[in-house]
Order: sequence, then structure tokens, then C-alpha cells
Amino acid sequence: MSEVLLKIEGINKRFGGLHALSNVSLHINKGEIYGLIGPNGAGKTTMFNVLTGLYTPDEGSFTFDGNDLFRAPPHVVVKTGIARTFQNIRLFHEMTALENVMVGRHIRSSANALGAVLRNKSTRDEEAAIEAKAWELLRYVGIDDVAYERAKNLSYGHQRRLEIARALATEPKLLALDEPAAGMNPSETESLKALMEKIRDGGVTVLLIEHDVKLMMGLCDRIAVLDYGKKIAEGVPEVVRKDPKVIEAYLGVAHE
Amino acid sequence: MTMDTNKKLAVFIASAIVLAVLPFVVGNTLGNSWVRTIDFALLYVMLALGLNIVVGFAGLLDLGFIAFYAVGAYTFALLGSPHFDIHLPFYISIPLGAGLAAMFGLLLGTPVLKLKGDYLAIVTLGFGEIVRIFMNNLNAPVNITNGPQGINLIDPIQVGGVSLGKAIEVFGFSLNPVHMYYYVFLFLTVVVVIMVYRLQHSRIGRAWVAMREDSIAAAAMGLNIRNIKLLAFALGALSGGVAGGLFATFQGFISPESFGLLESIMILAMVVLGGMGHIPGVILGAVVLTIAPEVLRDVIGPLQMHTFGKMIVDPENARMLLFGAAMVIMMLVRPEGMWPSKRRAAEFKDAKKG
Amino acid sequence: MDIFLQQILNGLVLGSIYALIALGYTMVYGIMGLINFAHGEVVMFGAMVTITVVTTLMNAGVALPGPMLVLIGLLVAIPACMLLGYTIERVAYRPLRNAPKLAPLITAIGLSIVLQQVAILIWGRNYIPFPAILDHETIEIFGATITKLQLGIVALCLLLMIGLLVVVEKTKLGRAMRATSQNPAVASLMGVNVNTIISATFVMGSALGAIAGVMVATNYDQAHYYMGFMIGLKAFTAAVLGGIGNLGGAVAGGILLGIIESLGAGYIGDLTGGFLGSHYQDIFAFAVLIVVLIFRPSGLLGEKMADRA
Repeated sequence: MSEVLLKIEGINKRFGGLHALSNVSLHINKGEIYGLIGPNGAGKTTMFNVLTGLYTPDEGSFTFDGNDLFRAPPHVVVKTGIARTFQNIRLFHEMTALENVMVGRHIRSSANALGAVLRNKSTRDEEAAIEAKAWELLRYVGIDDVAYERAKNLSYGHQRRLEIARALATEPKLLALDEPAAGMNPSETESLKALMEKIRDGGVTVLLIEHDVKLMMGLCDRIAVLDYGKKIAEGVPEVVRKDPKVIEAYLGVAHE
Repeated sequence: MTMDTNKKLAVFIASAIVLAVLPFVVGNTLGNSWVRTIDFALLYVMLALGLNIVVGFAGLLDLGFIAFYAVGAYTFALLGSPHFDIHLPFYISIPLGAGLAAMFGLLLGTPVLKLKGDYLAIVTLGFGEIVRIFMNNLNAPVNITNGPQGINLIDPIQVGGVSLGKAIEVFGFSLNPVHMYYYVFLFLTVVVVIMVYRLQHSRIGRAWVAMREDSIAAAAMGLNIRNIKLLAFALGALSGGVAGGLFATFQGFISPESFGLLESIMILAMVVLGGMGHIPGVILGAVVLTIAPEVLRDVIGPLQMHTFGKMIVDPENARMLLFGAAMVIMMLVRPEGMWPSKRRAAEFKDAKKG
Repeated sequence: MDIFLQQILNGLVLGSIYALIALGYTMVYGIMGLINFAHGEVVMFGAMVTITVVTTLMNAGVALPGPMLVLIGLLVAIPACMLLGYTIERVAYRPLRNAPKLAPLITAIGLSIVLQQVAILIWGRNYIPFPAILDHETIEIFGATITKLQLGIVALCLLLMIGLLVVVEKTKLGRAMRATSQNPAVASLMGVNVNTIISATFVMGSALGAIAGVMVATNYDQAHYYMGFMIGLKAFTAAVLGGIGNLGGAVAGGILLGIIESLGAGYIGDLTGGFLGSHYQDIFAFAVLIVVLIFRPSGLLGEKMADRA
């Protein structure tokens, strides 16, 4: 039986009068690709921001790998092992690809200001290790040839991959990807899919938000469907696909 | 050894020699008042590099930076003058002032963590004014700062029984205080330059840039934004505090007047006009903005007498007029500063296109 | 005499002047998102020009009642300041509209220095007295006194603020201004000439600033080349306090700041057992600002800014 990695229960999030998430519970198992789908405005991104610490939920519980992360700030969430990418790509544009990934190592390194100023051996070693790890990750996602390019000059597909490499640099147990395939052509999507499978097979659990239902059905081990801030279905793709509530809320519309 | 490192070594040795003989060359050709100006330029380099940590690296607009300079200066003055008749040696009071300034940096940084851009600017400005007003008024009922009169007869630095406040003879050379302080300031400036350079090219420096570029993405990468900001404030304040202590002992006299908003603005102008975030640019900015007004002071009066046979415009007036105009023109022509980093230059180029 | 009421009245006078100047800051900020650091200098020029006109008329032997002379002075000062505001925008801000924020901040500071020096060239470094032509007759209200002049200042401020609100809310120009402040790109697609709107904003703010400058000069009976600095700083603080970019906020912030300052100066001695005296007056503006912003980072009436992920 698979082990639960992330578990939330009864999560509520309101923005003024808008009830963006109401009473959502779900769990993600270790080693799976978990998909979150739903029509526009269903609360997917809000859910995502709650899971990565950017939004603090109003009520509920949130545990991850044995740690209580309810209302934990982002840096604690990342430290515990959840890393994310953004729907509209948020790289450090003026930094090189390599530097972007090196920033991702911040939380897994420890040199303080004094060490930086004195540049003692342990600081130098750590810095070298950070750079080596960053190169390794750039190779892993297949963009080491553009390591010295400024992030904003990279192609769209490369930027997506860089964001994933940067997130992986934090050594996550769960990698959360917010619409990574948005704006990609079929062949790019196909290679992204291969990358995600590679990441999962490397032992990192993947959480995915996507509009591309076909991609999700073929890729995810399990899927949850959100509609109007509520979870209306959860399970393996074959079952979710046939759920009448899902067809009505989402797939029905998509197939028209 | 490659050509490149050879060349670098040559440049390094050449600049070391120039910096070593500079006060004597300047002193003997232009007079010691110019050596004094160069000493001040070094103080401003330290200040500007400190502010650059906050504004240039971390992207936090600070309009009250002079407060940390004031803290360093008053710490030194109170612990080394007849005012309280305490005379601590400089190697205690300068680190103490720097540490106190860093604490003030945290004190300012903590409440303003959530503020952005202009809100942060105005609060830091207010903080600077509050510090100044207190220094101006803390002479009653208990006299701490001696109010607007300021503190006089501040101890000069003593190194091994030699006071830097009096001229001495070394191997037939006459060393004036301005010369001796020059080397002290130069040494500490080099220390500060190395410090900020290493910080910039470290894990911490990267974190600052990341936060400046996109604080949300930075937080999502696990950076503790609060600590990174506070560190920037504290380290910037630290260099401000060192410069303040040096200012007090060098000048021998301080009063609240030296720590007004205009001074904060001047330092910011050095950073921005030089090239924000770029250490060589900031140094250039500080040097140019310290020297240029003095050059103008020397040139404007005689020039008017020469051309018109009388003073048309009061030299002080003309000097500030040209200075203000130069700031405007400089920003219009080169908003990225005189010597920007490649990264910044690219940012500006894109902004123009966009 | 009731000290409390007296301080409130003093604060109200001071505060309405702050508010008038704060409107100039907040309008520009609302539309362009930048601090017009040179606005204080516009206020100073307003005062200086008016004094010059009034003095010249008096020296020329023009025998008109005091308020009439001031009015003529204002009629010269207002267009002069409008022109100054227009020039400031054209010279120091427009070329930098797409540059990062610090660049216009530095041009603004540079321009402030230039304007102060120009003022020294024209009017010298000394305080210039406001000719004693206005009635300082006092009225008593519940034991507190206020001069008729001060009452007039408050009334005129109120009138001008209402006028500005009407312009912004009811006229075509105002609609275009609001549209530009929300989204300049879209506004220009909708046929709004953004350049004209920005110029209009500077011109209107400068007119208010000119009037405020004269009020300051009449209230303190003098003007000085450096007067724009502190009052500009306070007014800007007021604008931030109320929530910068928000007209109502600027008015509320200004009046609040005036009253707090005045009450603070009146009572600080009692509050601290004589430890701190009334010369700490200037601290209140900043202390209040810091406290307010800690709890409401976008000011009292500012909209709450949420980080969007």
C-alpha cells in the first residue's frame, strides 16, 4: 500500500466575500503524479498557493511528511520539501540560468554573511558544491547549453524547464507544477511529459495543475477535480473520467 | 600565468602605487585642503557602499541612511571626548558604533518589512529625521548629545602612542593629520570594498538579487525574505556606522546639522548616479559627487572674476545650481548611472524599448 | 482659554494646508506612481511670487484693500506655478516615464535643488516678511481663539478640495484622469491622451500648491527659499498616511496630521513629565506615519494590496 506524503483536511480559504476553497480534503501518495483539474476559477491556483505556503488558509489541517504545515510560511514549506513552479513563469530574469538554479540551493546551504566575507574553506567548498549541483540539474532538465544565458532571453520551453530545475534544486519531496504545459506545442508537451515521468521515477512526487485534460489523463496516477472551490471527485483517471459530476462540471463543457 | 592575470596584476600594482602616493602628490600640488577632500571622498565611498547593499543589492529604497552614520559618529564622540570625559580608544568605539548602527538597522528594518517602494522610502526618511531631531534635542533635561551645539574636541585616533591629530616627522617627511587619516580611511575602505564584493558574490548576494527581482518567486524558493531584508539593513548600517565613527574623530567636531535629509539624499545620489548595485560604479559616484562640488567651489569664483570682472552669481549659489542641474541631466542622459553593471545596463535598455 | 480646543483649531488650520499640498502629491502619485519631490518648491514659489507682486504693488502706491492685493498676487502666482509644474513634468519626468522608479526620484531631487537655488538668486537667502496687509483680528470660539484669516484659510481649503473632487468625479477630464491612473495603456487605447492628462494633473496640483504656499506665508507672516522642504515633507507624509493615490485619503491624512502635530506639541511636555518639549513637534508626523504603516501598510484609506502569485 502506498504511503501518504501530503494530507489536507477541511481547508477553507476566503477572499473577502469570495469563498475560494470550501472544505477541501485530499491526500497525495508518495511516488505518484497527482493531478488537480477543474474549470477556470475553480480554485486550483488558490489550492496550489495554499499548498506552497503563499496563502494562509483560514481553517483546516495540512500535514506533509509528518510535519504540520498549517499556516506555515513559504520558506518553512520549502524546507520541509515542497517546491513549486508558477503558471506565468517567475524566473529571476536578469540572472543567468545557472544563477537561477543556484538560488534554489539557498535553503540547502548555510554560509552566513561572515562566512561570505571571510571566504573560508567551508564557504568556498559549499559554493563550489552549489555550482556543481546547479550544473547537474541543468543537465538533468536538458538545458545546460544555455547555462550562462540570462533567464529572460531563454525560449519559452527552456524557461519552463529552468523553473523546474530551480525548484528541484531545493531537493523537494513534492514538486508542484502550475500548468507547466501551457502554451507549449504537442512535441514540447510530449517531452515535458517524459521529464515529469523521469522526475517521478527519480523518487520525487509530482503535483500537477493542468488545463490539458488529455495530458492529465495519460500522465497522472490519480486526479482530483475542483469546481467552485469544492472537491467533486478524486481517484484514478479512468474512474474520474466517468464520474457524472465531473462530466457535467468540466469534461462535458470541454467536449462540446 | 595568462595574459589576463598579468594585466590584472599590473593594474592592481599601478593603482596601489597611485593610491599610496596620492595624498603627497595632491598635497604638494593643490594643497592639503584637497587631501582633506580626498579623505572625505573615502568616507563617502564607505557610506555609499553601505547604502548600496540596501538599495542596490536588496532593492530597498532607504532615504534615512544618514541616521546610521549619525549613530556611529555620536557613539565615537560620546565615548571619546571631554563631553562625558570618557576616552575609549578607537579600536573599541568604532566597532561599538558600527555594532550599534547595525542594531539601529534592525530596529528600522523590523517594522518596515512589509512596506514596499515609496512607502518604505518615506518611512526610512521619517526614521532619519527622528534620529536627527533627537540628537538636536537630547540636551535637556539630561544633556546627552549637547543639542544643536554638537560635541567638540573629539579624540583623534591614537596608534601606538602616536596621535593622528598632530603632524609628525617621518624620515624627513612631514605627515599631516590629513595624510595619516588618509591611510586609515583607505585601509578601511579597502576592507569595506572586499566585504561588499564578497557578499555580492555569495549565497547571500544571490538571495538579495533574487528578492529584488521577484520577492514572491524568491519566497517560493525557500528564501526567508524577512531575514534577508534585515541582513541587508544591518550590514548596510554597519558600514555607515564605521564611516560615522571615522567622521567624528577626523573632524573632531560633530553636530546634528551633518546628519540631515540632504546628506541621505546625497549618498543615494552617489549610488544611483554611479551605477546602482555595481561596486566600481558606486565608488566612482561617491568620489565624483564629493570632489565635483569642491572643484566647482574653486573654479566658479575665479572664473567669474576673470570673465566679467566681478561676481555675478554667488559662488555657493552657482555651485549648488550646477550640481542640481548635473543630477537632472545625468539622469536624463544616463538613467543607469555613470558606470552600471552589465546586468543593470541590460535592464535599462529593455525598459527603454518597452 | 481651553488649550485642547485651541490645539485642535491650530491643527485644523495647519492640517488643511497640509491637505491642500498633499493633494498635489497624491494626484501625481495616483496617475504616474512617482513622488513629485519638487512639489514643495512649487509651494515655495507660490508664496514668493505672491509676496513679490504684493510688495511691488504697494511700492507703486496702489491703494487697494489687503485681501484684494493678495488676490492679485495669487492671480499671478497661480499661473506661474502651473507653468512651473508643467515644466517640471516635461523636463524631469516625461523623458523617464519608462525608466525604473529611482531615476525620476533623482531628477526630482536635482530639480528641487535647482529651484531652491533659483529662488536664492531671485529672492536671496533671508526670510522675506509677508507685508502686514491682512487683518489678524481674532474671534473667540468656546474659549479658544482663531484669526479671521485662519478661518478663511480653512474655508478656502475646504472649497478647493470640494472643487477638485467635483472635477475628478464629474467632468470628462476627471474621468480621463481616473482611467489613466488605473491603466494608462488601456486609457490611451480608449482615446485618452495620456500626456495631456498627466500635464493637467501637474498643472492642477501646482495651482493648489501655489495657493497653499500663500496660506503658509500669511499664516507665519514670512516666506523663505527653504520653506517648501519641510512643508512638502509633511504634506507627503500626510498623503501616505491617508493612502497615497487616494484624494480623500490625502485630505483626511493632512487634517489628521495637523491635529496630531498640534496636540502633540501642546501636550508632549505633560505626557513625558517634562522630559521632551514642544521642539519634538516634528517627530509626531513621522512617528505617527511609521505606526500607521506598520498596521496598515497602504495607509489609512489606501486599498489593500495583495500579493498575487
